[in-house]
Amino acid sequence: MAGRVLVVTSGKGGVGKTTTTANIGAGLALLGRKVCLIDADIGLRNLDVVLGLENRIVYDLTDVVEGNCRVRQALIKDKRTDNLYLLPAAQTKEKEAVAPEQMKALCDELREDFEYVIVDCPAGIERGFKNAIAGADEAIIVTTPEVAAVRDADRIIGLLEASELYEPRLIINRIRPQMVRKGDMMGIEDIIEILAIKLLGVVPDDETIIVSTNKGEPVVMDKRSRAGQAYNNIVRRIEGLDVPFMSLEEEGLLTRLKRALLGHS
Amino acid sequence: MLDFLRQFWNRDSDSSRQIAKKRLQLVLVHDRVNVSPSLLEALKEDLLEVISKYMEIEEEGLEVNLDRFENSVALVANIPVRRLKRSLEQGRLS
Ligand SMILES: Nc1ncnc2c1ncn2[C@@H]1O[C@H](COP(=O)(O)OP(=O)(O)OP(=O)(O)O)[C@@H](O)[C@H]1O
Ligand SMILES: [Mg+2]
Repeated sequence: MAGRVLVVTSGKGGVGKTTTTANIGAGLALLGRKVCLIDADIGLRNLDVVLGLENRIVYDLTDVVEGNCRVRQALIKDKRTDNLYLLPAAQTKEKEAVAPEQMKALCDELREDFEYVIVDCPAGIERGFKNAIAGADEAIIVTTPEVAAVRDADRIIGLLEASELYEPRLIINRIRPQMVRKGDMMGIEDIIEILAIKLLGVVPDDETIIVSTNKGEPVVMDKRSRAGQAYNNIVRRIEGLDVPFMSLEEEGLLTRLKRALLGHS
Repeated sequence: MLDFLRQFWNRDSDSSRQIAKKRLQLVLVHDRVNVSPSLLEALKEDLLEVISKYMEIEEEGLEVNLDRFENSVALVANIPVRRLKRSLEQGRLS
């Protein structure tokens, strides 16, 4: 078996990479896929907390690369699903301890055992970024509807291309449909037009994400959450299914006309 | 037509959404060129080839840059001409 290696990246910090990685991973695992998540944010590890696995860490990514332990020993199994694993980042070690070639070798080793290997990339475009993308064959770019975030996403698209990672797909996170409607926030079409890239999904700005992150449970497991549904759709698109975009994701002309004629915001 | 309707209903040409979009488009023109100086170089070469059909230019003096003005970005070229070709036919033939 040779699994797919995906990297979740953004350029700008705090736009939702870790949240996205956790939810895509958990979502794929719920569909029965065997998934390994790698936290490549060395020194600022977060993915363990978002998944609620912070108390189980013994070894980390740097230990594996330095040969202090075998990969299997460092992998942490998820509490809720049988086929989700996490390889945590080191919290107190230097980023420079890991090199891109080592990451590539690690990803290739893991893809023998897993159907998906998903790498959570740190913010920025330095060493950590280069490490995170080194072993990937597909990239997912996360952005928010803000000028700075989209600008950084554009930069990342260029850098990925330079590293021969073509056709990344975009997730627009934290969209607020009401603000878009009122003309106070860039919409999906605006961003897609500017970046000229394929849309993988749109996740609304949603309080349930904060609640679920507090509890250490990916929101994709919450069937009633809008954000959870959005991640579910994204997961199925990654699986190759043709999933229509949710109504909030697509502001059709018809909805607009209706709204204009009926006169409510 | 649909676009017109949409514009009419939205009337949002100076909404912060539109402002954000415009600013983004402008800043990206620059960023994208910065990412690949080779793009400007390639453009220069192509320009040279086309213009040479019509006039003789000083290759060393050729300058092509993107300049940013208040609300727009312009391609500014400085092309020193040595000699014009005598006729269009002659130019086309060469
Ligand atoms: N759709 C959303 N709705 C509400 N809150 C969100 C949403 N997405 C992310 N957040 C919140 O935004 C914060 C940043 O998210 P996250 O840690 O996933 O970003 P990141 O890109 O991994 O950040 P960093 O660059 O620091 O690694 C978190 O507190 C998260 O709960
Ligand atoms: Mg993160």
